[in-house]
Amino acid sequence: MTHVVEGQALTQDYVISAGMFGKPKLLRAVKGANFAVEQGKTLAIVGESGSGKSTLARIIALIDPATGGTLKIDGQPVAIGRGRVPRELRSKVQMVFQNPYGSLNPRQKIGDVLMEPLMLNTDMPASERHDRAEAMLKRVGLGPEHFNRYPHMFSGGQRQRIAIARAIMLNPRLLVLDEPVSALDLSVQAQVLNLLGELQEEFGLTYVFISHDLSVVRFLADEVMVMNKGDVVEQGSREALFADPQHPYTRQLFAATPVTDIEAIRARVARRQAMRLATSAP
Amino acid sequence: MSLLTIRNLTVRFATSTGSFTAVDGIDVHVDAREVLAIVGESGSGKSVSMLAVMGLLPDTATVTADEMTFDGRDMLAMSASERRRLIGREITMIFQEPIASLNPSYTAGFQIEEVLRLNAGLSSREAKKRALELFQAVGIPEPERRLASYPHQMSGGQCQRVMIAMAIATNPRLLIADEPTTALDVTIQKQILDLLMTLQEEHGMALILITHDMGVVAETADRVVVQYKGKRMEEADVLSLFEAPKHPYTKALLSALPENAVDGKLPTVSDFLIEELPQ
Ligand SMILES: Nc1ncnc2c1ncn2[C@@H]1O[C@H](COP(=O)(O)OP(=O)(O)OP(=O)(O)O)[C@@H](O)[C@H]1O
Ligand SMILES: Nc1ncnc2c1ncn2[C@@H]1O[C@H](COP(=O)(O)OP(=O)(O)OP(=O)(O)O)[C@@H](O)[C@H]1O
Ligand SMILES: [Mg+2]
Ligand SMILES: [Mg+2]
Repeated sequence: MTHVVEGQALTQDYVISAGMFGKPKLLRAVKGANFAVEQGKTLAIVGESGSGKSTLARIIALIDPATGGTLKIDGQPVAIGRGRVPRELRSKVQMVFQNPYGSLNPRQKIGDVLMEPLMLNTDMPASERHDRAEAMLKRVGLGPEHFNRYPHMFSGGQRQRIAIARAIMLNPRLLVLDEPVSALDLSVQAQVLNLLGELQEEFGLTYVFISHDLSVVRFLADEVMVMNKGDVVEQGSREALFADPQHPYTRQLFAATPVTDIEAIRARVARRQAMRLATSAP
Repeated sequence: MSLLTIRNLTVRFATSTGSFTAVDGIDVHVDAREVLAIVGESGSGKSVSMLAVMGLLPDTATVTADEMTFDGRDMLAMSASERRRLIGREITMIFQEPIASLNPSYTAGFQIEEVLRLNAGLSSREAKKRALELFQAVGIPEPERRLASYPHQMSGGQCQRVMIAMAIATNPRLLIADEPTTALDVTIQKQILDLLMTLQEEHGMALILITHDMGVVAETADRVVVQYKGKRMEEADVLSLFEAPKHPYTKALLSALPENAVDGKLPTVSDFLIEELPQ
């Protein structure tokens, strides 16, 4: 069976300058990533900040060309080079960026943000585009009253949902999501994760999902890839990874996850009270 | 004694479809040495209420309050210059969207050194030295090189740590941190929270922490305010909140943790409380 997306030895170099007097040098942000995702499955990428997750995501979503290696979509190697991504491929592969504010045009109303992909890529009549956009707003927990507002008029979490809504307007085949729920409170996060699950079931959508939240990863991933300083240090099924993490960094991740255990809170509160008494004593 | 006191804060926005009330009569107070967590639904007015304190809302916003005092000083009656001395020095804020709040045209080093010169009164040389220390404190790898980097050359979490370094640069008396660790994995999140707690304990800094992460609340807060649709739903000390949440929305928040999924579905607020909440 062919995979929806496959990467072989993908690398990415950035040219950086080493300060005022240093010679420019290269930073290898991704050092050879291999993976393959079947249709309807989710590959989650976790890893330390700066480990190359967004860099890899941008390669997979055909935003940036890789420095080296091969990327295949539906079995076909893609070389986007400097040219534009063909329209058909663009509607197949969509991305939700880590920074939703930066990816929204400040002068475009939200309704237009959602209708634009339909206008560029389909022959749908205007009234239907409008209905679709309104329906989509509703699915991400916003309402028709938001249709004519500009991006700056939304909260952080609302903008994140708008970015997701825009990316799924065209029913893509592959969706790359870079920290898409990081700013959402748990209840809205639940709504968005449920929506992603429904779409996957309904349309066989394939996801590449970057998250630093292990409970989210555990909820939705089929496969997990752990990155550290540009290297993929661990890769496998969700079950295997959560049952028996191998790499020290993966274990560290598990150990640092905050706990909401009542006894732990009680102990911490007592510690702080003791400290307060000590500092306020004459 | 209360460091910041806000009573009956209301924020309305003029929009094309009429006036919209984003914050509806909330009270906030925080003491020196205290960590207050504000949690609540996305869009419930958490950021807007704190931006109102900072005086950073756009012209379309109308802000009213019965009281807004900092350390006994009336912020509503303050002159613009008095306010400028307060905001950015004694009160600083880590903004929710770090990449969007950094200036893309200047290096990270330039931006933090400017804060240090203008708001902490350091000379250029001192500012350079201090900037490096701050970058080290927030765990930015290769800090020398990062000082010379532009925001777009950094990862999301690196930008967030630059913002944090800028916000703590002046040793503020009150730090408002709006989702300060959203772009950070748990190991770095822990490092940042430890750093904020150390500052808080050593300098007696007060911290208002807006977060959606109940784990972060559990590990840092003294007191918690729960906000929903522009209103305050519940306020409790951290232990009581986790032990016996009173408001249905709080219960819903605590049970929407992904580990509580049933048949691949997560409980959402609407499953809990459609009829229980005021509309
Ligand atoms: N345009 C660029 N020029 C130079 N260096 C870059 C550029 N973009 C990213 N980098 C560097 O490449 C490395 C990987 O960055 P990337 O954004 O992929 O990290 P990440 O894993 O997504 O981190 P985070 O979790 O913080 O978002 C970082 O060290 C970053 O500073
Ligand atoms: N400039 C504006 N004009 C109109 N409405 C606005 C404006 N800025 C914010 N709002 C609205 O005010 C409400 C509160 O926004 P706020 O940013 O405070 O939410 P929040 O609680 O911080 O949410 P999140 O957790 O998603 O960041 C939202 O419904 C938002 O759409
Ligand atoms: Mg990233
Ligand atoms: Mg906010």
